[in-house]
Amino acid sequence: METLASLLHTSPATAWMAVKVLMAFGLIMGIAPPLTWAERRGSAMIQDRIGPNRAALFGKIRILGLVQALADGVKFFFKEDLVPPHANKRLFWLAPLLAFVPAMLGFAVIPMGRSFLSGGTEYHLSLLDPGNGMGMLFPMAVGAMAVYGILVAAWSSNNKWAILGGMRASAQMVSYEVGLSLAVIAIFMVTGGYDPHEIVKAQQGTFLGVLPNWYVFRQPFGFLVFFVCMFAEANRLPFDFAEGESEIVAGFHIEYGSMKFALIGLAEYGHILGASALITTMYLGGWGIPFVADHGQIPVIVTFLVFLTKVIALCLVFIWVRWTLPRFRYDQLMNLGWKKLLPISMANLLYFAYRMRG
Amino acid sequence: MFKNEEMEINLGPQHPSTHGVLRVKLRLDGETVTHCEPIIGYLHRGVEKICEDKTFFQGQVWTDRMDYVAAISNNLGWAESIEKLFGIEVPRRARYIRTMLTELNRISSHLLWLGTHALDIGAMTVFLYAFREREQILDLFEAFCGARLTTTAFRIGGLREDLPPGFLKQAQAFQDRFLACVDEYETLLTENRIWKKRTVGVAPISAEDCIAYGVTGPVLRAAGVAFDIRKAFPYAAYDEMEFDVPTATAADTYARYQVRVEEMRQSHRIVQQCIDKLPEGPVMAKLPKVLKSEVGEVYHAIEAPKGELGYYLVGEKGSGNPYRFHVRAPSFVNLQALPKMTEGKLLADVIAAIGTLDVVLGEVDR
Repeated sequence: METLASLLHTSPATAWMAVKVLMAFGLIMGIAPPLTWAERRGSAMIQDRIGPNRAALFGKIRILGLVQALADGVKFFFKEDLVPPHANKRLFWLAPLLAFVPAMLGFAVIPMGRSFLSGGTEYHLSLLDPGNGMGMLFPMAVGAMAVYGILVAAWSSNNKWAILGGMRASAQMVSYEVGLSLAVIAIFMVTGGYDPHEIVKAQQGTFLGVLPNWYVFRQPFGFLVFFVCMFAEANRLPFDFAEGESEIVAGFHIEYGSMKFALIGLAEYGHILGASALITTMYLGGWGIPFVADHGQIPVIVTFLVFLTKVIALCLVFIWVRWTLPRFRYDQLMNLGWKKLLPISMANLLYFAYRMRG
Repeated sequence: MFKNEEMEINLGPQHPSTHGVLRVKLRLDGETVTHCEPIIGYLHRGVEKICEDKTFFQGQVWTDRMDYVAAISNNLGWAESIEKLFGIEVPRRARYIRTMLTELNRISSHLLWLGTHALDIGAMTVFLYAFREREQILDLFEAFCGARLTTTAFRIGGLREDLPPGFLKQAQAFQDRFLACVDEYETLLTENRIWKKRTVGVAPISAEDCIAYGVTGPVLRAAGVAFDIRKAFPYAAYDEMEFDVPTATAADTYARYQVRVEEMRQSHRIVQQCIDKLPEGPVMAKLPKVLKSEVGEVYHAIEAPKGELGYYLVGEKGSGNPYRFHVRAPSFVNLQALPKMTEGKLLADVIAAIGTLDVVLGEVDR
């Protein structure tokens, strides 16, 4: 780290910050386009089709159709950027950013690998170092901000279908956030803190001798609630009401085209990645290797790859679910949120609170 | 417009889930539908009037374009109503082949319904599975008459040609794998909790209302009325076939789903009987070169995939074309029940209701 810093004529802290920013940002921007490819090829596999495999660089390099993601991006750049005359222009411009930025911000506190010592300083593989006072509350808070992007997009479009989508998004939001928070509190309680680094460390070793000591096994009901709510938060089928392709056409982004549409699309994949990273950190042991209690001797890069593997596997689950399940009706999510998820997470919380008494 | 904070919105005519150019004018209170008014006519071509200027032989081409996903059923109704008008006896082999093709067509029509209906409700994968099998059926049609969609499959008095060589083998290949495919769709949907949540109790219409509106077909049978023209007034070779008329009592979207899935199995059974018992003999009756009608009228109804498809023809003395032609289109009649099924429900239920009615706008507007 010192060498790198001296080469760049900066302090180690600054150099490390730059590395981390590149890592957090690059992870999202690097995975999101291949994720669109995985979504299309994955859905093709599920649906007994072939999927995009024609796009090629210089007419030769196809990489299993991965070039398609690139071609899509280029296409979006060259599309006419149309702002409908009846829209509120400023907000119409702002909304894709409001959708996109929270999706990226959630990554700020997620530890992507083991912390390590170098030159007497401890370096952490998360954008914000532990002890920043926000911990896991930060991704929760900014994740919930994403609904503003949808609402602003819906409202500024001045379109009836968009308004319906926005209404659905706000109604949906209230109904799952409560259950979600209670599920998370149970984890904070058992861990004794809401710092992601502590949460990951609390999940190392084995549980009952045969399972990894992950919260998914220790708090299965909490995980269930959290997992379901993450689908709602990422606006994915079976909870993609705000978009509701076959019902309200495209919902909140009906009037969007060009790069603004691409940003909204990227935000969706950003949310999937963010949700996967959250689930990984909270319930699947983060960067921890299953059954390993002490990660002191394991190379940092291995822990990073472990984290990445878990996140990508979860992203694939998101894709798999989308192409398998039908959509709920939006009032049914509210029922589910208030009448099922909330009591489950409440019971989960009370159970662990009872176990921790005196 | 915004009286009582209600919003008026046009669902269609360009909308992914209106299955064509149906426009539904909705008044929404939040997302609750307070008023629903289907507006039709965007695909009106005047098929009935055009057919009055065409000879009896030519008219069939226009029937393809009504319910274009079940063209063979339409062809059958047209051919049989004219045969009834002229008292033409169709050879037994031709009737068997007609029955077989019509039942294959029913399967393909139901497959299209299943795929699009599931797609409307958000289950996107069933669509491609259903189309995979539908493709096989369309290949059979292509082998038989050269066309896949607008078939003009039959001739008045029988068939233009006998089955092509290898057709029965190809049909048997389809038959052998189809039942497993139906099971596959069912594993995706039948016990799926979300599918049930979206369909059970959604868009109900009672048997009394069905009869009052004239609703027929699977929608009526899902309300518990075992009315099937193939059993009640057998035509083609249905009197020689063994099959059940599936019914359900719940009268909701899920019941209609169950009825149609079971109908696919029954159609499969009929096709199998046609293949096994296919008689030898000619496929065309002896007919004069030109058909000149007497004064007379005929109403002939068949059980199309959507319901009772009736052809009303009036003959004029010495004329080569019908004096009056009218179609009782099941989609048109069934669509009338949409407001009854959806008012007071949610927008998402309107989508489910349009899907479950299985309307084809070519037939509604004609």
